[in-house]
Amino acid sequence: MKFKFWGVRGSIPTPGPNTLKYGGNTTCIEIRTHSNDLIILDAGTGIHALAQNLLKEMPIQAHIFITHTHWDHIQGLPFFIPIFIPNNQITIYGGLDPVTNETINRALSVQLQYSYFPIREAQLNARIEYATVKPGVPIKVGSATITPIVLNHPVLNFGYRIDCDGQSIFFTGDYEPQLNIYDPEDDEYAEFQSFVDTKWAEVVLAMKDVDALIVDSSYTDQEYASKQGWGHGTYASGIKLATEANAKKLFFTHHEPTRSDASLDAIYQDLLQNYPETCCELLLAQEGVDISL
Amino acid sequence: MTNSINEKLIVLVEKMPAFPKSVQQVVQLTSDINASAKDIVRVIECDPVMTVKILKSINSSFYGLPQKVTSVQRAVVYIGLNTIKNIALGVAAMGILNANNKANFNTSNFLLHSLTTAAISKMLAERIGLSAIESSDCFVAGLLHDFGKVVFAEFMPDEFKLALEKSKEQQLPLHQTELEFIGLSHTQAGKILAEKWELSETLIDAIAHHHDLGPSQNALRDCVFAANQISKHMQFGDSGNPLIEDFPESIVARFGLNLTTLCDALGNLESVKTEAQSFINI
Repeated sequence: MKFKFWGVRGSIPTPGPNTLKYGGNTTCIEIRTHSNDLIILDAGTGIHALAQNLLKEMPIQAHIFITHTHWDHIQGLPFFIPIFIPNNQITIYGGLDPVTNETINRALSVQLQYSYFPIREAQLNARIEYATVKPGVPIKVGSATITPIVLNHPVLNFGYRIDCDGQSIFFTGDYEPQLNIYDPEDDEYAEFQSFVDTKWAEVVLAMKDVDALIVDSSYTDQEYASKQGWGHGTYASGIKLATEANAKKLFFTHHEPTRSDASLDAIYQDLLQNYPETCCELLLAQEGVDISL
Repeated sequence: MTNSINEKLIVLVEKMPAFPKSVQQVVQLTSDINASAKDIVRVIECDPVMTVKILKSINSSFYGLPQKVTSVQRAVVYIGLNTIKNIALGVAAMGILNANNKANFNTSNFLLHSLTTAAISKMLAERIGLSAIESSDCFVAGLLHDFGKVVFAEFMPDEFKLALEKSKEQQLPLHQTELEFIGLSHTQAGKILAEKWELSETLIDAIAHHHDLGPSQNALRDCVFAANQISKHMQFGDSGNPLIEDFPESIVARFGLNLTTLCDALGNLESVKTEAQSFINI
C-alpha cells in the first residue's frame, strides 16, 4: 500500500506562509492498494486538491471513510469534484450517531442545502452510496479490509485499520485516550479505571503491529494540561500507543491550527531528543508527500 | 397480555421524559463548560429514564458489543462523555415527567424508592463479596426494577389507578392487581422493555423476577429483592405496593440473615435516604 496526506491540520484550514511546509488543509488521507483501489480517510478541505488530482483518472471508484462528522473532517465533501461527474461511483462510510440516530448521508446532505451551497443533493451526477459501519465489523474494499473501532472524542469517532496484502495502516481520526473522571479518593475511581484499562487494551490490540500508525497529536503535554476532555491526543500519547502496539512508523497529524512550520520543526526535534529509545520511526504528517510501505 | 399492549408500551416509552431534578441538573451542568464529568455522570445514573436511554443506545446491535454494558460509567468509557451528555440532554429536551399523573402515582416517592433500593442493593452486593462491577450492576438493577410502574402511570393511568387502589384497599400485591386491570404486571412490562433495550441477561432477570423468587444463581436478583423489601421496611419513598415480602429461604441463605436482622446489620440507612433525596428534591 501507499498513502498520501492531503490535509494534516486540525479544526480549521490555515493557509499562509507559516504553513507552507506541512500544509494548512484539514484532514484527508489518500490510500492506494497494490491493485490501485482508492480509499480516502476523511473529507476535510484537503480532499479538494485530491479531487483535482483524480480528474485525470475519471471515471473513478472511491471509498471515503469518515472518522467522525466534525466540520473539519467533512467540509470538503461538497468540493470533491467527482461527485458531480457521471459514471463515478462513490461510497461514503460512517457511523450511526447515537444522539441523533442519523447515518453518514447527513454529512453531505446537511451541507447541500439552499442556504449553504448552490447545488442540491439530487443534482449530483455520480452514483453515490452510503454505508453504515459497525465497530469491529470489517469491510472489504477490493483486496483491502477496513476495520472500525470506536475511539473517544466528543462525537462518535471511528479509528480505521486498513489491512491489505500483508501491510497495515491505522488512523485514529480525532482521539483523546479516556481519562479517569474520578479522583483517586473517590469510591468509583478503581472501577472506572478498570473500564479505562480494558478500553485501552482494546485500542492497542486494534492497532497491533501496524506498519503505519497515524495519530491525532494536537497538543504538547504542556498545552494538554488546560485542554483535557477536548477530545485530542498529544505527541506523548501517540508515542505510548505506538510503543504498546508495536507500530513501525508513527505519523503525528491534526496539527494544532496556530502551529507554524517552525514550531512543528522545533517540536519534532524535541521529540527525537526526548524519545531516543522509541522503537518506531517518528514522523510529522506533511501534505503532498507519497509514502510507500 | 397482548402484543398490541407490548408494542404500544415500547413506542410510548421512547417519548418518556425524565424526572424533574435530573432534567434541571442536566440542563444546568451541560450549560456550564466547567462542570465536572463525575457530577454529570452521577445525575444521569440516578435517573432511571436517562439510564435506560443510554444503556439502550450502547447495547443496540449497532455496537455489537460482546458483553452488554450495564452501567452509565462503562458507557462513558465506550462512547465518550460528550455523547452520553448529549443523549441525556436529548432526554431532558422531552420535558419532565408529570408529577400529577392521572393515576395519582407519586413519582417523587417512586424515585426515592427506586434510588434507595438501588443504593441498598449495591451495599448488599458489596456485603456478600461481589466484585465492584457486579455491585454497580446491582445499583442499576435496583434503580430499574420497578420501571414498569412509572410507565403504567404515564401511559395507562386509568387502569393503573384502579390497580393501585385495589392493592391498597385489599392489601394485595400490586403486581397481582396490575394483572387484573392492565393485563400486564410491572415486572412483565419491565422485562419486555429491558429485552427490547437489549439490556444484560442478569439485569432482565432481576427486573422480571423480583417478585416471583425461586432459588437462582443470579445474585443480582437476590440483592434487588432484599433491597426492595428493606427500602419498604424503612419506608423510604413509596412504589405503590403496600406489602412487604418475607425473605424466602433462598434469600436468607444468600445473606445469612432475615429481613429485620439484615436491616440492623446494615446500620444506619438514613444517609442512603438523604443522599437519594438530593437527586429528587428541587
